[in-house]
Amino acid sequence: MAQELLEIKDLTVGFLTEKGFVRATDRISLSLPKGQTLCVVGESGSGKSVASLAVMRLIDYAGGVIAEGEVHFQGQDLTVKSQEEMRRIRGNKITMVFQDPMSALNPVFTVGEQIAESLRLHKQLSAGAAWSRVIDMLRLVGIPDPEVRARQYPHEMSGGMCQRVVIAMALACDPELVIADEPTTALDVTVQAQILELMQKLKREMGMSILLITHDMGVAAEMADRIAVMYAGVIVEEGTAEDIFERSRHPYTHGLLKSIPGLSGERGTELYAIQGNIPRLGELPAGCRFSPRCPFAAERCFREEPPLLPTPDGHRSACWLESGPEVKTS
Amino acid sequence: MTEPNAVERNAMGPHAVGTGAAAVGLSVAGGTLAEPGSAAPYLIEARNLKKYFPIKRGLFSRVVGHVKAVDDVSFGVREGETFGLVGESGCGKSTLGRVMLNLKSATAGEVRFEGRNIHALGPREMRELREEMQIIFQDPMGSLNPRFLVRDLIGEPLKLHTKLSSAAIDDRVVQLMELVGLDATRRNRYPHEFSGGQRQRIGIARAIALEPKFIVADEAVSALDVSVQSQVLNLMMKLQEELGLTYLFIAHGLNDVRHISNRIGVMYLGKMVEVADTDALFAKPLHPYTQVLLSAIPQPTLRGKRERIVLQGDVPSPANPPSGCRFHTRCPFAQERCRAEEPALLEAAPGRQVACHFPLA
Repeated sequence: MAQELLEIKDLTVGFLTEKGFVRATDRISLSLPKGQTLCVVGESGSGKSVASLAVMRLIDYAGGVIAEGEVHFQGQDLTVKSQEEMRRIRGNKITMVFQDPMSALNPVFTVGEQIAESLRLHKQLSAGAAWSRVIDMLRLVGIPDPEVRARQYPHEMSGGMCQRVVIAMALACDPELVIADEPTTALDVTVQAQILELMQKLKREMGMSILLITHDMGVAAEMADRIAVMYAGVIVEEGTAEDIFERSRHPYTHGLLKSIPGLSGERGTELYAIQGNIPRLGELPAGCRFSPRCPFAAERCFREEPPLLPTPDGHRSACWLESGPEVKTS
Repeated sequence: MTEPNAVERNAMGPHAVGTGAAAVGLSVAGGTLAEPGSAAPYLIEARNLKKYFPIKRGLFSRVVGHVKAVDDVSFGVREGETFGLVGESGCGKSTLGRVMLNLKSATAGEVRFEGRNIHALGPREMRELREEMQIIFQDPMGSLNPRFLVRDLIGEPLKLHTKLSSAAIDDRVVQLMELVGLDATRRNRYPHEFSGGQRQRIGIARAIALEPKFIVADEAVSALDVSVQSQVLNLMMKLQEELGLTYLFIAHGLNDVRHISNRIGVMYLGKMVEVADTDALFAKPLHPYTQVLLSAIPQPTLRGKRERIVLQGDVPSPANPPSGCRFHTRCPFAQERCRAEEPALLEAAPGRQVACHFPLA
């Protein structure tokens, strides 16, 4: 059993609104073993980004409140740390890659200066040592002519290049954990393929762990060791990539995978569709949150919220169904 | 071929001015589409279509160059089929969709709808033709006026194009909402009260209100949540069957395009690089770019991992495309000839065209 690098326990994060306290995540528990990639998969409003911001304690700046729960990173609880202490961890031991590289970079500094900044702050490197590390990092993420590129501004680079810079910045201090929130969503598919490839290569070489937030089941299939599926603020299913793709137990996961047209299915036929829409937070249905859309919902599902419990094959699913939806999806 | 073009340019009037049409030169070199009398006739057809956007600099907005968003594209969509148009951002697929509907003027070339060049029509004729051709946009929130009730949003085309009474329009709105799977009792609400998927249904109801023949769906499901995308794709397929619609389905998600399209065109930097039947394209792409594109899409399965071809570099700027074949800077098979000479889109097999000097065997 690998050692857990990150352990989230009963984390509830929410926002104070006119309608009261709205929970964006509701008592979620997750763990990420060292050296692995955990994908949190969900649609809009599932709480996946809020959870990742809470780990970084950046949620404090987004108006969110951690109401309950703990986030253990290397044995320390991050939820009780001051922002001063967090600043020493952020950008150093835990770093982040955002969706839009253009807005993650400061337009008035060269990319080299931006990467060097974290090295000088966290590693107390001299200007010269920091700069040579910058060049090494840019070379590592596959940027041609790193000496020239380091002196350029973000607007002089393409989206894919900027995302490489952001990744170089995230990896400069040799972090233990990289949180990547939809890192390829804003990129074109051929560039997405480059970035996914790069992230896998760097993970192998540098041995960091990745918490990857995505809505794309294809990206999850490509990257994940473990997958947690979120729906309307809770984790509905969690397991290894094989558990989720081959033996999904929760009707939501199952339906989601079934509804994506594959490359081998018969063309032009009616696609499987999950009926209805994602509920808004603050207007959640009683009982299981998926029950109004679930084709298998029974009376109990509308009354009682199912906990995330172990399935017979050893992953976890939050569903009252005894046997799960018919398992094979072909 | 050349004579009507002069007339058309005049007919395009002010739109054509300032797009640098003269500098570009109008060449309709014998509209050779390799589709003589196959299967069904084209409902809509692009012939040597070009759309250049001027790049202006300086105090006097001097034109310093052109973004060649669509550069000499010829293809046709047959009646009742779905033609998928794929490519990465900046390849010109959305611009092509808009020029096909005359929402944007053409710099050169023509678009023929049922045999008539739509860019040569007068405003009145074009207005009549609008009933036949509609568009569904990517972002339903951005394309629906937030101050309009849903009833008025869907009823607006009926009010503008028909002489129906307001009671008759209301009946038709109810009918349309039921057809696209919306609760018609909610017609007196505003678009923000609907979810993303429902808003896209409103956009679809509006597009089919006048019973058009041809619909351009520009990334119609891309902005929707995964669990809602299949609902909307199903709706589009259902409507096509019931109303006999013809679609130009523009998207970057290849799985969706494959599912819904009969034929697919692949664009790269303003050029159509391959056109083929969907099954043939996926079974055996002929253009190296198509092959790369197909291999790049992450598939939601752990089985049958495909070998991925990862390209070097980024998509070059369409303002300054590479010489010769525009893909040669990134093509793993590029040779000397690709740098010098631009390949034409030629028939490679029946119903199949590719623009490559060395198509994949």
